Amino acid sequence: MFYREAGQFKTTYEADGQILPIRQDRIALLATLAVAVLVLPFVATPYFLSAILIPFLIFALAALGLNILTGYAGQLSLGTAAFMAVGAFASWNFVYRFPGLPILAAFALGGLCAAMVGIAFGLPSLRIRGFYLAASTLATQFFVVWCLTKIPALTGGSASGVITAQKIVILGYAFDTPQRKYVLVLLIVALMALLAKNLVRSNVGRSWMAVRDMDVAAEVIGIRLMRAKLLAFAVSSFYCGVAGALYAFAYLGTVEPEAYSLDLSFRILFMIIIGGVGSILGSFLGAAFIVLLPVGLNIVAHGLGLPTSVASNLELMVFGALIVFFLIVEPHGLARLWQIGKEKLRLWPFPH
Amino acid sequence: MTFKSLVLGAVLATSGATALAQQFVALPSYRVGPYASGGAGFYGGIIDYFNLVNAAGGVNGVKVTWEECETEYNPSRGVECYERLKTSQGGATLVEPLSTGIAYGILDRIPQDKIPMTMLGYGRSDAANGKVFPYVFPLISSYWSQAAAMVKYLADKNGGNLKGKKIVHLYHDSAFGKEPLPVLEALAKQHGFELVKVPVAPPGSEQQAQWLQIRQARPDHVILWGWGVMNSVAIKTAQRNGFPRDKILGVWWAGSEEDTVPSGDAAKGYTAMSFNTPGNYPVLDDIRKKVYAAGKGNLPDQGRIGSVYHMRGVTAGILFTEAMRTAQDKFGKGKPVTGEQLRWGLENLNIDAARQKAIGAANMFPTVKTSCEDHEGSGAVKVQQWDGKKWVAITPNWIVGDRALVKRLVDESSNKYAAEKKLTPACMK
Repeated sequence: MFYREAGQFKTTYEADGQILPIRQDRIALLATLAVAVLVLPFVATPYFLSAILIPFLIFALAALGLNILTGYAGQLSLGTAAFMAVGAFASWNFVYRFPGLPILAAFALGGLCAAMVGIAFGLPSLRIRGFYLAASTLATQFFVVWCLTKIPALTGGSASGVITAQKIVILGYAFDTPQRKYVLVLLIVALMALLAKNLVRSNVGRSWMAVRDMDVAAEVIGIRLMRAKLLAFAVSSFYCGVAGALYAFAYLGTVEPEAYSLDLSFRILFMIIIGGVGSILGSFLGAAFIVLLPVGLNIVAHGLGLPTSVASNLELMVFGALIVFFLIVEPHGLARLWQIGKEKLRLWPFPH
Repeated sequence: MTFKSLVLGAVLATSGATALAQQFVALPSYRVGPYASGGAGFYGGIIDYFNLVNAAGGVNGVKVTWEECETEYNPSRGVECYERLKTSQGGATLVEPLSTGIAYGILDRIPQDKIPMTMLGYGRSDAANGKVFPYVFPLISSYWSQAAAMVKYLADKNGGNLKGKKIVHLYHDSAFGKEPLPVLEALAKQHGFELVKVPVAPPGSEQQAQWLQIRQARPDHVILWGWGVMNSVAIKTAQRNGFPRDKILGVWWAGSEEDTVPSGDAAKGYTAMSFNTPGNYPVLDDIRKKVYAAGKGNLPDQGRIGSVYHMRGVTAGILFTEAMRTAQDKFGKGKPVTGEQLRWGLENLNIDAARQKAIGAANMFPTVKTSCEDHEGSGAVKVQQWDGKKWVAITPNWIVGDRALVKRLVDESSNKYAAEKKLTPACMK
């Protein structure tokens, strides 16, 4: 009923192969984007923009990066936060050492540095897989943070190792208010999400999925395993690196190793598990769940007048229970729930 | 609780907020997580003192209000809390995060929002320069002043001379542990002692290797720059390795009951820095009588009243209310002041011995006198020793280290920051 497709004919290959084949989906996506770009910056409070939406978008980007690696290419990783840290510190160093460099170029270069680190730490994936690979990417996490605290050159010789991020200025225009930062982050994330969606639909993406599903079979049909796996690590780390740079420059305002702890890696892993492994939309849904729910619970608990210590323990309990509940009800995550919902709506009111 | 009563409660709360003259303080606190014991004591102390002030009618009739938000000591949560609290109840006029990470995260936001931030005994030491950081106040004493005072104390203990001595800096390998290094290195050169730097990976629950290294180095003193679980592990490992605890001098975040009680016997004789004199004070009796007896106490356990962290919180509460009083003296008594006005109050604090006595806190903390050049206002500290049951001050007077050196480092570092951020250092009116 809501998804009545009658009358939507596809007469060309292009029309048949587009990202969103159903017209309602296209309209919904465009409407969401229009609201996000044209309405939210003007009506949302600075708190909502800078403390909720910006981190949500940044974590969605990081989750997208991990989803490319884990969800599409099947390589488990626990080093997401480390790749984010590389992106953040590299971007900071590029701006610091090359004062004339445009900040967007610095973000991209930061992403490329993360991609190189990703390739280096992706090498073990050629020999090991599954939990063993997860353990070896865990080494990235410790190694990168260790490097950042041990090598003063990476932190510009700052005594404490914590440095403040430079201002974001693009073509003389300063992105210094929550509205402007939000719009910038939104544009970068939307663009990269579109890119990711196309990438996973392409030849490269199909080779990743072949590797994920059965790497021996993939090799037999002529997919070069080394290239596919390392490319997955590179692209995934690039996404995480850009997310890390945005996290430092557009959200925290500081660049410090402790912000990129193992804890953050786990949170991003939870995002893709809850959101949906192997789904672009799932990365966004998962990030929304992990970012918004604790804040929402905290505000509700505060409204009920609970003492803060009780409130935060309650928050952890409810949060944990919801994760367990969700994964029992739908182990494939929120994206799968949405897909099922959509299918039901297409048949409504005559389910079979 | 139904939805209706929730809405009703919210409406009542907001209408109440506009009816009375009140001064709102944002407290991004932490009462769960690895550092909960410190956070609960510190914020408990602030709230107890605010309750005491409100019970006496507030600051010239203006009630102090506050709101907490749980950060779990996590910078990302802290930034979210700050953004949430800053517009709450008509706008925050002061913020105290008690976390270096969170303080760094909101450092660039506070001048824009015009909300002063205090950092009692932590954070950026170079923020003492009010020309570059007009809204940041590392009140009483920064890490650099503390490090200078530590060296002064150790020199005094060795007959005024540290030449040829060996001092180990055993530190939490993080921003916090590395902060004093510039001062210690400069003083090592100046006094001619050898500085051995021994890092401990956070959280510091395993230190066997470090203490073996220390035993081999045979230092004259060990500076323990630790936080949380690291401290009691250090004290216990020192005992196991036969290192005398009275040769260990802890930073003030390694000098609370939470650090020594779990170490048991091992902690006896251990010394640590403090910016409070341990003991009992009339203001603490007032808190027991007027706040806890009325059922408004913030700590579940009354035995913690007057503990190190609680007293630090009470001290913070006193400094905040004195700043409000100072600001009201200039901008109009009996009216709440804005963030900008409170910034002026914090910059013109003068809490001398007479004022401390009037509050009932004589000699509880050093005289605090701030100015635009000096947002710290004191820099004086004490050394306290654990006698097995409680902390006892072992330096009768307040110790001040090499102020000229600290001032020089503060100016160098803050001017570098100003150059990076393209700020023109200037005093605010």
